[in-house]
Amino acid sequence: MRSRNTRRGVAFAAALASTGLILAGCASSDSGGGEAVSGTWPGEGKAECEGLSQLADFGDLSGKSISVYTSIVAPEDKPHIDSWKLFTTCTGATPKYEGSKEFEAQLQVRVQAGNPPDIAYVPQPGLLQTLVGSGKVVEAPSQVSDNADKWFGEDWKSYGSVDGTFYAAPLGANVKSFVWYSPKMFADKGWDIPKTWDDMLALSDKIAASGMKPWCAGIESGEATGWPATDWLEDVLLRSAGPDVYDQWVSHEIPFNDPAVATALDDVGGILKNDKYVNGGIGDVSSIATTAFQDGGLPILKGDCAMHRQASFYAANWPEGTDVSENGDVFAFYLPPMGEEFGNPVLGGGEFVAAFSDRPEVQAFQTYLSTDVWANEKAKASPAGGWVSANKGLDIANLASPIDQLSGEILQDPDAVFRFDGSDMMPGEVGAGSFWKEMTNWITGESTQDALDNIESSWPS
Amino acid sequence: MTTVKPDLGAAEADAPGPEPVSTSAHQALSSPWASMAAVVIAVLWTIPTLGLLITSFRPESDITSSGWWNIFTNPSFTMSNYDQVLHGSDTKLTTYFVNSIVITLPAVVIPICIATLAAYAFVWMKFPGRDLLFVAIFALQIVPIQVTLIPLLKLYVHPPLNLMPLAGPDAPGGGFYTLWLSHTIFALPLAIYLLHNFMSQIPGELIESARVDGAGHVQIFTRIMLPLMAPAIAAFGILQFLWVWNDLLVAITFGSPTTFPLTARLAELSGTRGNDWFLLSAGAFVALVVPLIVFLSLQRYFVRGLLAGSVKG
Amino acid sequence: MSTGEKFIQMFIAIAVFFAVIAVILLATQRMRSRTGELAQAAAFVLPAVILIGVGLLYPAVTSMYQSLFDKTGEGFVGLDNYQTIFTDSEQLLVLRNTAAWVILVPIVSTAIGLIYAVLIDRSRFEKFAKALIFLPMAISLVGASIIWKFVYDYRDPTQDQIGVANAVLKGLGLDTYKFLLNDPWNTLFLIIILIWVQVGFAMTILSASIKAIPDDMIEASRLDGATGLQQFRFITVPSIRPSLIVVVTTISITTLKAFDIVRTTTGGNFDTSVLAYQFYTEYFRSYNQGLATAIAVLIFILVMPIVIYNVRQMRKLEAR
Repeated sequence: MRSRNTRRGVAFAAALASTGLILAGCASSDSGGGEAVSGTWPGEGKAECEGLSQLADFGDLSGKSISVYTSIVAPEDKPHIDSWKLFTTCTGATPKYEGSKEFEAQLQVRVQAGNPPDIAYVPQPGLLQTLVGSGKVVEAPSQVSDNADKWFGEDWKSYGSVDGTFYAAPLGANVKSFVWYSPKMFADKGWDIPKTWDDMLALSDKIAASGMKPWCAGIESGEATGWPATDWLEDVLLRSAGPDVYDQWVSHEIPFNDPAVATALDDVGGILKNDKYVNGGIGDVSSIATTAFQDGGLPILKGDCAMHRQASFYAANWPEGTDVSENGDVFAFYLPPMGEEFGNPVLGGGEFVAAFSDRPEVQAFQTYLSTDVWANEKAKASPAGGWVSANKGLDIANLASPIDQLSGEILQDPDAVFRFDGSDMMPGEVGAGSFWKEMTNWITGESTQDALDNIESSWPS
Repeated sequence: MTTVKPDLGAAEADAPGPEPVSTSAHQALSSPWASMAAVVIAVLWTIPTLGLLITSFRPESDITSSGWWNIFTNPSFTMSNYDQVLHGSDTKLTTYFVNSIVITLPAVVIPICIATLAAYAFVWMKFPGRDLLFVAIFALQIVPIQVTLIPLLKLYVHPPLNLMPLAGPDAPGGGFYTLWLSHTIFALPLAIYLLHNFMSQIPGELIESARVDGAGHVQIFTRIMLPLMAPAIAAFGILQFLWVWNDLLVAITFGSPTTFPLTARLAELSGTRGNDWFLLSAGAFVALVVPLIVFLSLQRYFVRGLLAGSVKG
Repeated sequence: MSTGEKFIQMFIAIAVFFAVIAVILLATQRMRSRTGELAQAAAFVLPAVILIGVGLLYPAVTSMYQSLFDKTGEGFVGLDNYQTIFTDSEQLLVLRNTAAWVILVPIVSTAIGLIYAVLIDRSRFEKFAKALIFLPMAISLVGASIIWKFVYDYRDPTQDQIGVANAVLKGLGLDTYKFLLNDPWNTLFLIIILIWVQVGFAMTILSASIKAIPDDMIEASRLDGATGLQQFRFITVPSIRPSLIVVVTTISITTLKAFDIVRTTTGGNFDTSVLAYQFYTEYFRSYNQGLATAIAVLIFILVMPIVIYNVRQMRKLEAR
């Protein structure tokens, strides 16, 4: 392969080699960028930058760039990138987007190898804790902290804090306490949207008596198999035992297998492990374990199942051409409360903006992302919907889809009691390990007590 | 490579023409049972892939509600999956294709060259510690790539002795060097092991007589070994091409968005939460085209009888 | 960087590489003394040894060291991680599964690959027939996971099936079967996926090897009146024995390292986990690198018998 031409090739290769080094040299000299001239900022006097006067603190950032690493990939990356244009207009700096579905593993590798991005959108408070523990995450600047106080509830700010220090402002959010159903089917059959837990069970019985399995579910998700079932348990615990018990459970002040949790899981079992109720259009109870979560709600479209509990982001899952709206093919109703004493509990999730550098352009970008201006920019930049934030400055009217608007209303509802997805806040061994695993075992036959005991014993000491 | 004329061309000169033998042996082996077994294996192996191929042309709602074989009774085709794969992103798909090719070619050629040299030395040269070294290299095949990521990335980003960092914003060669180097490293143990096996089957007399004729190792390697090793090199080349072409882990760990190959684009086809997984069926076939062409075109190096007649017994 | 620049960089890299190698070889070529012989050996071997030393040996050694530390990587825990592996109640099951994988995949893949390579050798459709078996190897992992979803997918017998295996069962009037759920057979169905992939590897290598069997040997046996089966047993198999060992060894090692199939199909649930998958989840999900590397070391120890067997075979070959 290389034999004949070697002799002749040497001189040629040497010539090429030097060209290569020169080219490489050119490439590197480009990226240095312009000198930062502090004093004025590029947003000075521009009408669109008026709401962003905080960014003036960071001066002229022209030519600077910020690397952003996220778990959000195409096509949802485009709205993010579009929503940053205003930042570039007002500061001169350019954020560079990189999304990967291997984000969680890759971020760890990069951080440990000393090659972290400037900014990471961290989707779990638990992961944020791990990252902070590695000592590489930089504390949020005062501007970001002020914004978080102003635009987010205290609970949301606490999810971005570790041991009392505030690191990461909230970004997007999702609402998990939703039950997907078909408004057309409900109207045809004369069913009403249940307002209480008992109504919902009564409706389930009624549907079951009509010969249809009322519920369908799927918890298969590759290595994360089981997570939809953990959301079920969290949602029900929040309703049956209340937010305080929920918080104690998440922070392990009460054991994982506390009787209150066992009661909640049995309530979940009353639906998910009830052969009369599940698994519409797919099979028996154990088929939940092997049905992909993406496919779990689809039987609704075929009329084989009536209800599917899944987060707001399930909206993206309906096949193209499905009408997702209040009177359409599918929509979602709020998973009803079990009593009145705990108000309207809402389970949800979201991302947080962690920084690994305190360069001015990075801090300016953190500040921008924590404003109400950005939240509205992002909403306007997402014409296809599928995005919402807990930012109180977000104008619901800017949200594109009906389900996003409903989510936005729930997140901003002063009566709603919001709690973050517990499995995302627990230590990795539990939240991304034994919790998923044991819930899967539980679906396929393990008893409530055994499942909870096993998770409890896996909690790191 | 085919035009190389070995100076000690006993192999070629004495080789019997393959034609007469092949027909007779073909008859000996082609009992109806044997043919049927081959067909059964081929069919079993192909049905799952065929299912994916058909799926890739079906509309989304059909894919999740009925089996792919329904296409035969109830045909409905769409190109929209391919359309989304080919045009669904801001970055042109050709950019990813180019990156894949730019990553793959050196990552195949370089390790093969280094491994062939090393394998030659392990078989035909004598030096202290030879067998121990070979066994050590062979055993290192088991090291999972995952444990090497952090140490290697550290070396690339913060190299010792003030060497030029190979990763990061100012990486030389557009940031491809880390990928070429990593793929080369990961390929070497298996490449050396496989090529060692093929090389040790070449009759020692061939090398001995060349040594007697005054040829040095470099000449023996280039004039005798390389032509004789063509089938083995082609076989390993195909495999290495595939592994690099289909690699995602190395690409996203050591690369950057500007060097991402096709696999990085395909991995995100299904969307952030895997909602559009049906698009992966079309993506898989888009990515398959090049490896298949490589496989078919390298087959011509699987020639018979290179060794025939050179040595008896 | 533009497309053109990328290709230029690629050619520069290849050219630089060959230039360096050529210079080294030319520099050592003329030496004929004893030290010259050594220098030549070094020129042939050192590039590989240096790369492997830096890229594999060094990380392997640091991993072994790391396996003696706790989750944070700072507290020394001695052999505690190893103890954890062996006291975990699930671990016996994982070892059982790993054993099933590492026994079945290499043997079955090699057997099918060998038979197929022989059957289609010299046939008119050889290229096409090879390409069919080669396809599973060439298809990316994401593609493969979707392919097998459409094989093993489960629906109630009353529903339309989208998995081909259950469609066949239903067509035969049988109940549909939860292929991924029912222990212990689910492990077998996962193993089939890897076999499906690895046969292509076995076939490619063995086919190259079969082509190297001198024609006159086959001709002679034919003149002696050997049947096809006898030819296979007494000529083909003995002639390619070294390659068979290589293929079995390589597939064994690949199998011990393979976690992707378990990861994408069952996520290690339903008693299907294997050691490599345990390693992966500890490393990237629980971020417990101490325990993860301890599992990696255990996998390394499991490979030792295979290594020793290979060394013995090499000795035999040399003694001949």
